[in-house]
Formats: sequence, C-alpha cells, structure tokens
Amino acid sequence: MSDFVAYEEKNLKTIGSRPLRPDGVDKVTGRARYGADINLAGQLYGAVYRSPYPHAKIKSIDVSSAKALAGVKAVITRDDFEDMPSQIIPVGELAANFRDITRNVMAREKALYDGHPIVAVAATTELIAKEALKYIKVEFEVLPHVIDAVEAMAPDAPILHDDQYTQSEIRVLGSDSIKEAPSKKPSNIAKKLTFIKGNIDQAFSKAHLIVEKEFTTKPVHQGYIEPHASVASYTEDGQVEVYTCTQGHFTIRAQCAKLLGMEVSKIKVIPTELGGGFGGKNNVYLEPLAIILSKKSRRPVKMVMSRNEVFRASGPSPAGRTRVKIGVDEDGNIIAAEAQIDMQSGAFSGCPLAQTTITCFTRYDIENVKVIGHDITTNRPKVAAYRAPGAPVSAFGVESVIDELAKKLAIDPIDIRLKNAAKEGTKTYYGVTFPQIGFEETLQKAKAHKNYNIPLKENQGRGIATGFWMNIGMDTTSSLNINDDGTIAVTVGTIDVAGGSRASLAMMVAEEFGIDSDKVRVTTGDTSQLGFNFVTAGSRGTFAGGIVSVLAARNAIEECKVRAAKIWNVRPDEIVWEDGYARPASSNVGPFDPLSLSDIAKNATKTGGPIAGHCEKNVQGAGPSFGTQIVDVEVDRDTGSVKILRHTIVQDAGKAIHPAYVEGQYQGGAVQGIGWALNEEYIYGEDGKLQNPGFLDYRVPVASDVPFIDVEIVEVPNPYHPYGVRGIGEVPIIPPTAAIANAIHDAIGIRFASLPMSPPKLLKEISKNK
Amino acid sequence: MAKKHIQTNINGDTCDFLCEPNETLLSVIRGQLSLTGTKEGCSTGDCGACSIMLDGQLVCSCLTLAVEAEGKKIDTIEGMSVDGDLHVLQKKFIEHAALQCGICTPGFLIASKALLERNPNPTETEVRYWLAGNLCRCTGYHKIVEAVLDAAAEMRR
Repeated sequence: MSDFVAYEEKNLKTIGSRPLRPDGVDKVTGRARYGADINLAGQLYGAVYRSPYPHAKIKSIDVSSAKALAGVKAVITRDDFEDMPSQIIPVGELAANFRDITRNVMAREKALYDGHPIVAVAATTELIAKEALKYIKVEFEVLPHVIDAVEAMAPDAPILHDDQYTQSEIRVLGSDSIKEAPSKKPSNIAKKLTFIKGNIDQAFSKAHLIVEKEFTTKPVHQGYIEPHASVASYTEDGQVEVYTCTQGHFTIRAQCAKLLGMEVSKIKVIPTELGGGFGGKNNVYLEPLAIILSKKSRRPVKMVMSRNEVFRASGPSPAGRTRVKIGVDEDGNIIAAEAQIDMQSGAFSGCPLAQTTITCFTRYDIENVKVIGHDITTNRPKVAAYRAPGAPVSAFGVESVIDELAKKLAIDPIDIRLKNAAKEGTKTYYGVTFPQIGFEETLQKAKAHKNYNIPLKENQGRGIATGFWMNIGMDTTSSLNINDDGTIAVTVGTIDVAGGSRASLAMMVAEEFGIDSDKVRVTTGDTSQLGFNFVTAGSRGTFAGGIVSVLAARNAIEECKVRAAKIWNVRPDEIVWEDGYARPASSNVGPFDPLSLSDIAKNATKTGGPIAGHCEKNVQGAGPSFGTQIVDVEVDRDTGSVKILRHTIVQDAGKAIHPAYVEGQYQGGAVQGIGWALNEEYIYGEDGKLQNPGFLDYRVPVASDVPFIDVEIVEVPNPYHPYGVRGIGEVPIIPPTAAIANAIHDAIGIRFASLPMSPPKLLKEISKNK
Repeated sequence: MAKKHIQTNINGDTCDFLCEPNETLLSVIRGQLSLTGTKEGCSTGDCGACSIMLDGQLVCSCLTLAVEAEGKKIDTIEGMSVDGDLHVLQKKFIEHAALQCGICTPGFLIASKALLERNPNPTETEVRYWLAGNLCRCTGYHKIVEAVLDAAAEMRR
C-alpha cells in the first residue's frame, strides 16, 4: 500500500477556493517568456528545408551553394546523425524506437511526408537562413504514396517501411496474452492489438437488437497558438543549454542525449512558458537540430517553426475508421460489444493504440467485448498525442451507436447509459477493476440539469455522449524550501501546461501547512534541478505533481516539528502541526506559545540549517475521470451549418482544487471537440501535399462559433490522492463529436458517421433526404 | 538593400529604428525592440496574437510593414498597465481566469480594449464577433467573453 497516498476527508481552508493565478500578471502584461521570446547574445537563426513530396527516395543532397552564402554558419543533414537500430529502447521513463525518432527529426533514406525535414541551416539573420534554403539541391526519386489509413491497409498499398511487419497481440481477460507470428510480408499495419472478454458470438446470437455501423474520423491538429521554438547553446567543453517550449523537458533531454550520443548530465533543458501543447509538445522536433547547428557553428542557435511547418510537420491527432457493433436485450442492457479501430499513425508506427482500444467501451459494464485496433503507417507527419489521445476516435462511433439503440428501444439516452454504466467494482476488459468512480453521478446530474429539459424548436436537436479517461501518475519530482521569512518555494518537474497547476500545487501545499496560498510560490525547475520527471500529459500535472508536493510538504512539516522540539527542548513526538503552527501535543508538554512557520524559519540556522522537503516518486493511483455532455444544436437547412445553442458538461473532477481552472479545462476541451466535430480536418491533395496548412483554411472554433459552455463539477474523490484529485483535462474533448452527431440526428433525422460534419456534407445529405 | 530609418512613438515614448523595407512591424517590435509581449502565432493575419494599435487602429502587426509605422503611434501590451496599475481588462482577465497558457492573451487584451473604446456597452454577441479574429485554443472563449463584459460594466461605472 505504500505506493498509494490515501484520500483523507478533512475541513479545507484553501482547496476549493478561487485565488488569483500566480502567472496571471506576467501573462496579461506580456512579461511571460515563451519559446520564441528567448534570445541569447550572438545567436544565429535556424531554418529547415522540408520535403515537398509525401514519399520519395533521397538520392543526393547538395548543400555546397547554401554553405557558400554569406552569413550561413552551419548546415546539417542526415550525415550529422548516427543511425540507430530498430528496437524499442527505454529512455528516461519513455520507451521509444530511436531508429524512427532519428529519421523523423531528419529524413534519412526517404522522405516520408510533405514537410519532412531534410536539411537545416543556421545563419546570422532569419532572412539569410530562409534564403539559404533556396540554394539547397536535393535529388528525389518520387515514390507512390498513401495518405488514407484504410487504403494503407490494402495488400497493394505503397509500403513506407520495407522492414516493418505486422506484430499482433491478443489479450484475453483472465488468461495470458498471446503474441502471434509477425506478418510474412512487409506491411503498413505495424501492430494489431486485440482485447477479448467473454464470448461475443454467443452473446450476439441472443441479442434482442443489434446496431452495427462504420465511422470515420479525420486527423486534426492540436492547434496550440504558440509554434514550436527552441534555442540551443553548445559550449567548447561539450555541454549544451536548450530553452524550449515543451510538456516534458526531461524527456527532451533524454531523447537528445540518445540521438546525439551525449551524456545526460551535459544537457540542460530549460522549459519556457508553454503556449499550449495538448499532447503535441511531448516530442523532439527542433531541439536536436538546434543543438547540432550550435555545435557546428559555435554560436547559440534559435529555431522557430512557422505555422505552415507546425501543420505539416508536428502533431496531428490520431484518427481513422471505426466499426462498432453493439447488441442489447429487450430492456436495453448491453450484452455484447465489438469494435475494430483502424488508426493512422503517420510516417512511423506508434499511434495511441492501447489508449484508443481500452477507452472504447470502458464507460459501460459489459460481459462480452472484443476490440481490435490497428496501428497504420501513412505518408503523413507522425501523430502526436492530442487530449485523451485516441479516445474521441472510438467514442464517436460507440456513443453514436448507443444513441441509435436508445432511439430504437424508445429509451431516454441518459437512461440507457445509466442502465449500463460502469461503477465501483466493474471489471474492465483490459483487466482493471474500478475503484470508486463518479460516472453514474455525472449521468444523474446531467439528467437533472435544467438544460436537459429546455423545449426545442424545429430544426433543433439534443444529443448526449459520454467520455472516460484512465489518467496516469508516473515519475514525478518536487523540492520544497522554507524561506527565512516562513514563505515557501516549491520547484516541480511538471510543466504548467496552462491549466494553472502552479496555482493548484501552491494551494495543496498551503493546505498542508495551514497557511495562505500566496505564501507559496511554485516554479517549474529545469532538468539540472530535479530528478527525472515524466512529460506533463495524460492529465497527471495536478494529480501527480500534487501528490509529490504534498509529500514534500509533509516531509518539511516533520522537520519543522523537529526544529520546534529543539527550540522548546522537548521530543518531536510531543509536537503537533496545526493551522500553520507547531503546538505542544498536550498541556503536559509545557506552557509554550505556538511557533509559526516564520518563527521556526528564522531560527533555522541555530536549529540545524535550512529547512526543506522533497519527494521523488513513481506516482500510482490515478483516478479515472468520467463525463457526460449535453449539446443542443440548430441546423440551418439552407446553408448546412450547425449552430451550437447550448453545451453542458457534467464531469467528475474527484476534487476541484481551483474550481475556475477545472471549469476552464472542461470548456476549452469541449470547444476543441466542437472544432473536431464541425470543421477541423487535414485536407490532402491527390499529390499527397497538405492543402490547408494555415489557420485560414484549417478553421478552429472562434468566439462567435460557440455559446457559453455550462459546467457542473461532480466530486467523487479519488481514493488514492490526499485531496481526492482526478486528472480532468482529457475527458472534455471526448463526448462532443458524438453528442453533436446525436443532436443533429435529433434535429433533422440524419445520422452522420463521418467527421467533420461541415456545411457541404450536411447540405448534400439534406438535399438527398428532401 | 539600404535600411530605412523610421520614427515612431511606442507606448508613449519616441522610438527610432532602422528596418529592411520588406520587414514586418511584428519582426521589429519583437526583434530589435525586444517587446516580446506581442506574439507571433501564424504570420498570416489569422490568429490575432500579434494585435497592436497603430494610430488608434487595431491591426495585425504581422501584416503591417515596419515602414508603414513612420510618424505613427504604436500601442502594445507592454503599455497597457499605467504607473503600476493594471488596466481594468487586465484585472478582469485574471479575476475571471480568462487565460490559461496566455499566448493569445496580449492579442485578446489589445483587441478588447479597442472594442470598448468604440463600444463601451457591447452585447455578448458583439464581443464574440469582435473577438472572432483572435484565436484561443485553451479556454473555449467562455471566461474571456465574461471578463470583457465585466470589464465593460466596470468601466461604465
């Protein structure tokens, strides 16, 4: 049990209140420094020559003319990177195939997508660096390409990797997993993962009603407003400092060390303020290029992606084809569920296959389940995580089919979900048995919500959908120092990915000490200051960062008691810590006035030295989060446009440390989901080139596209967090696609199974149904 | 190409700079003037992160040439708080948690200030359409719109 930190119910002073965020003033005044705001004296500017083809052999690269251009100080190509064997290598807490990573940051034998880096240059000005790209001569042998995941599965599809064979694994609940022999021929299907629980064939044969349908989702970009930016400075003694905007500076360090053959201690990565990531800033892109350019030029090198480069060569989300089949009995109890999810991973294998398959049906307690997932390489940029990576892909289909079942059985869409909802004790098909969870509560509160009963007019409709994310803990570090005036400095390894985790962590530490949260300052440390810390993703920042910061605080409080004992000349166990003071445990200890944190801090030198606490931990016990959303839409039959009238989110946070930031995560995630549902998609031409690499043609929701988003926070505590916290950032993006599809069906009687549900698609279907 | 000598006033102070004729105002502001509060999100005028005021007009500085600023008054986010006092909009953005990552925040503040200068009593719809040129990927706009409406109400008092 020592791996878990138990929830304790107690009266809270700070947690649940809404103090002003500590990073607020910096962000409203322009002081906050993001990736592209960092400048080092004498820096050069980098630029990247990218493949104009989706699939081509690189026969030769001639950089001599570019090198000769005045102001160009360094040029790098594939020759500057060591090749790596194809094997999954643990690096830090991350397991990755460095054969692929080294090829993704700089193309080697082939260019595998439009935008794949082939050459990087560093020059004295941005203009010269960009000019130099025009002098680079690359001889390509253009190869046939494949963009669509389903087409890439065909036996005659162009193959991206001649040495990639399908690896297949079957996990049967209650028995050992089975690894099948790899495919005989090279394939774009890198992996096939199957989960089996019970016997679906038997169960389907007994079903009263079965609905089976095929759905298509499109890759979308995370769409952070801050483009990737890095500045590297390599020194004469072989050390390097890297400033970069990332969700995981420790994994950036680990990957750069491996790619460049450097010792980990020689690389210091300093994370800048992060201008949005949503999963898309977990990976290396510019960092290794900037380091080698700096090493070659002996100058700091700054690299910033243009928006065009962000779209063509970072992200996007996974997506693909989902087939869903669900069978129910007369009462609407789900007795069997089957899905096949064919997801594109881009140029290299490794889409979030496990996450997509295990989140597929897990909101429901089902006896017989089979889920198959395929990880498929295509000539697109390598996918990155995007908020609940993969879960929206499977949920779109599953939640649409459940809606149809409810309609056919004439059951309320919330009731059918309540009937089948997972609860404490539900055994999932991937093996986990749920502890206390709050799914039913979200459904009940959604049903009771005033928005669920507002009457609708013609062409208006209401849709329901739900979401689930398991959340993660992982390696997390925190170091806490008590300043000589009794204020507290906490340094953490998790990035404040925007949700306000610095505020939330300060509030939890303040609660432990019994002091005001503005006495606690939380800073993200660089890689030289703390032990390895996993990327801030999977909704772990406030959960895991909170646990290690609470444990660091408890650590320091114990030390404060030791110091108070010294001052009073009693034993530490004769002292209690209450409301910010060390107090005698009983009147027998002595007639001492309580000692405040500042009383103890100012005597620290006399009682032994500075007082600190720290915690380094592979955090366990992430609590799953569930949510239910209600969306009301109005369809304009003349233009095909869909207007969101009302959007209601009911989601379990475990405990909302700072409720305003929980609301903000819910609202922001839901609007990203609205974008995925209605507008966003990567559009490729026949030539395999991305046609909409900009915010004009890749349209994310703007303020006038959406209404106020109503939020109800449910709090069913996570038993494995001292304050009950569950990660909450992932779930809000999951329900909108299906909820909107269900609402459109409710409004006009047409079911859309392909995203985005954009005006041209709606118009086409509406005119067909006239 | 000879550099151009440009004379402007930035956030109340006179400011001269030399620039290439094809350089954007955003590049000069963020680069040689080190006013990095103005952000570059797209460089095509689609995201609004680079919003500034040029002689009282709301513009995307990524679409404005630096030479166009000759003889003009430029206001950036760095000039919004006066004598240590945050502007009402800045205060309301913090109070309403109307920012998360914050990269879009300077652009939203500049655009919101421009709105309230011409329309001190906007409706929710007017706020949403005025700010439709500013992209935010974190907040879903809910708290931004609330903050602007609340700031407008306070400024009318």
